[in-house]
Amino acid sequence: MGFNCVVCVKQVPDTKRITANAMKDDGTVNRAALPAIFNPEDMHALEEALAIRDQHGGTVTVVTMGLPTACDVLRESLFRGADRAILITDRRAAASDTLATSYILSCAVKKLNPDIVFCGRQAIDGDTAQTGPQLAQKLGFTLITYVENISEVGLNRIVAKRNVGNGWEVVAAALPVCVTVMDTANSPRPQAAKRIMKFKKARSKAEVAKAITDAAAAEAACGELAGKGLLIDTWTLDDIAADLAWCGRNGSPTKVHKIQSVVLTGGEYKEYPNSDAGVAELVGSLISEHTIG
Amino acid sequence: MSELNRKGEVWIFAEVDGTKVSDVPLELMSKGTELAKTLDVPLAAVLVGKNVSRLADTLVAYGADRVYLVEHAGLAHYQTASYNHVLCRMIERFKPQIVLFGATAIGRDLAPTVASAMKCGLTADCTDLQIGNHTEPGESAPHTNLLHQIRPAFGGNIIATIVNFDRWPQMATVREGVMPMGTPDANRKGQVIAVDADMDGFDLPLEIIETHRRAKKVNLKAARIIVAGGAGVGSRENFKLLWDLAGVLGAAVGGSRAAVDLGYVDHDHQVGQTGTTVRPALYIACGISGAVQHRAGMQESAKILAINSDREAPIFSIAHYGIVGDFTQVLPRMIKAIRSGASVEAAVKA
Repeated sequence: MGFNCVVCVKQVPDTKRITANAMKDDGTVNRAALPAIFNPEDMHALEEALAIRDQHGGTVTVVTMGLPTACDVLRESLFRGADRAILITDRRAAASDTLATSYILSCAVKKLNPDIVFCGRQAIDGDTAQTGPQLAQKLGFTLITYVENISEVGLNRIVAKRNVGNGWEVVAAALPVCVTVMDTANSPRPQAAKRIMKFKKARSKAEVAKAITDAAAAEAACGELAGKGLLIDTWTLDDIAADLAWCGRNGSPTKVHKIQSVVLTGGEYKEYPNSDAGVAELVGSLISEHTIG
Repeated sequence: MSELNRKGEVWIFAEVDGTKVSDVPLELMSKGTELAKTLDVPLAAVLVGKNVSRLADTLVAYGADRVYLVEHAGLAHYQTASYNHVLCRMIERFKPQIVLFGATAIGRDLAPTVASAMKCGLTADCTDLQIGNHTEPGESAPHTNLLHQIRPAFGGNIIATIVNFDRWPQMATVREGVMPMGTPDANRKGQVIAVDADMDGFDLPLEIIETHRRAKKVNLKAARIIVAGGAGVGSRENFKLLWDLAGVLGAAVGGSRAAVDLGYVDHDHQVGQTGTTVRPALYIACGISGAVQHRAGMQESAKILAINSDREAPIFSIAHYGIVGDFTQVLPRMIKAIRSGASVEAAVKA
């Protein structure tokens, strides 16, 4: 049978591991100092797709939108088993909010004509969980969010278990569908050594152009990579026929009014010694201010 | 995308949880009342489902001026497509200026698809909402009376204020527990408006094969005192000390994500960005370093007591009281002090 699976992934700053090195003197986070990583839940989305391909056949295509540096997550997807990787990169896509992002992704995904689209539930930089549902809406695909298990995929039917916070449900839908995957769904497979050996040389056009300044030589290098199946496809907004009115800042209804850095500030603070007397004094003041008792 | 309707109402999607209105829409009513008052427009709740009309009174008691009631057999169980259909038709018809949802599993599934279909903006997981102005860079005249959608971003390291000035309605989801629930007034009067669901011929795309609802074992949001532990507690056995202290104080037990992941305490007890947001009178943090994700869920607590052997732990910077030391020594001392008259004497002396 075989299913055409598309996985949308995102490269994100590692906001979960903010160390002292990434903190500025004023107590705010230096975003530039954070390492760029594969968005964790997208890794589980990829694994879900790979598992379905391994069981039923078909292909797994990974799509990311971002700067050319986002090719790192595409290469990592290839290391783990993806069949094809596509970078959507275009300056005119900069400053896209979730609405514009989902529009751009939908233009690219439509070209791939998938049976199942997989997204991570949410990305750790924005934590909005909006792009997957909005992509489904734009594609006109049935949306299944918070997927923890796909128990059945068959001809025109998928059965999935969803985590709905205060419980779970099992739903069935006709294909095509767009699913958002939770980190509890699976354990992503490790990178395969053989695939690393092969795909560590995979490059996008932009990366080649950066390394080889001579245009003709760069072109030749791209041709050579393509011949070996190592050229990462690069799509611009023109390639996916996106309407620029719905892309980038213009296509984004949400605008940032203000950004405040969170500064760790202590207000009134009183420390008590770790002794019987110290603790008794603390408990005493908690009682006298009616916080306890 | 609808035009800017300055006379548009403020709407709250009244998510139904089993047989009652969920907590978040009720929490949103106080804030919604405030926003609607500032804008001088009515506050309306949108109640969707099957046989849910009896819940309209609750919404009015909590502050709704109007309740739009949409009932249909096909709406008995939440599905993205059907609820999206209903909401979009209603937004097109009534042109609200603001639509708010709880940032629940349902709200975070429904709101993005509605925003996508309406081609309007949506801000997720807001912690505050205000009415204010906004001037675009390069423009001289401000856009006035906009919804300021305030939310933590970047793992909680920044607070962003988002506006949506040209494509309405202005939509936001609001996290559970961040806005205090008001007191219902059973004597409040409101208007209930039945709206046709327009569901004839609508094919539900999902077949719900099985549903399993699980009641939370602990209600952290309602707790006046929370004793919480983190990775520093070290084991599920050590966590027993927290349960003991909680027992003495009549407190609930909470845990950081690390403590939950390590299996020290069950997920129902998780406090933080991916767990429950709490604002108790006293939050006792034991062996919790205070990662931003955890702080996001508890920093609104009235008083925070940090107990940690690491003086440099970030939790101390938001604490009101601190003890630098091993919690396995501190907690028994606290239990002893609370149980004995010594604490009362200390209180009298203080």
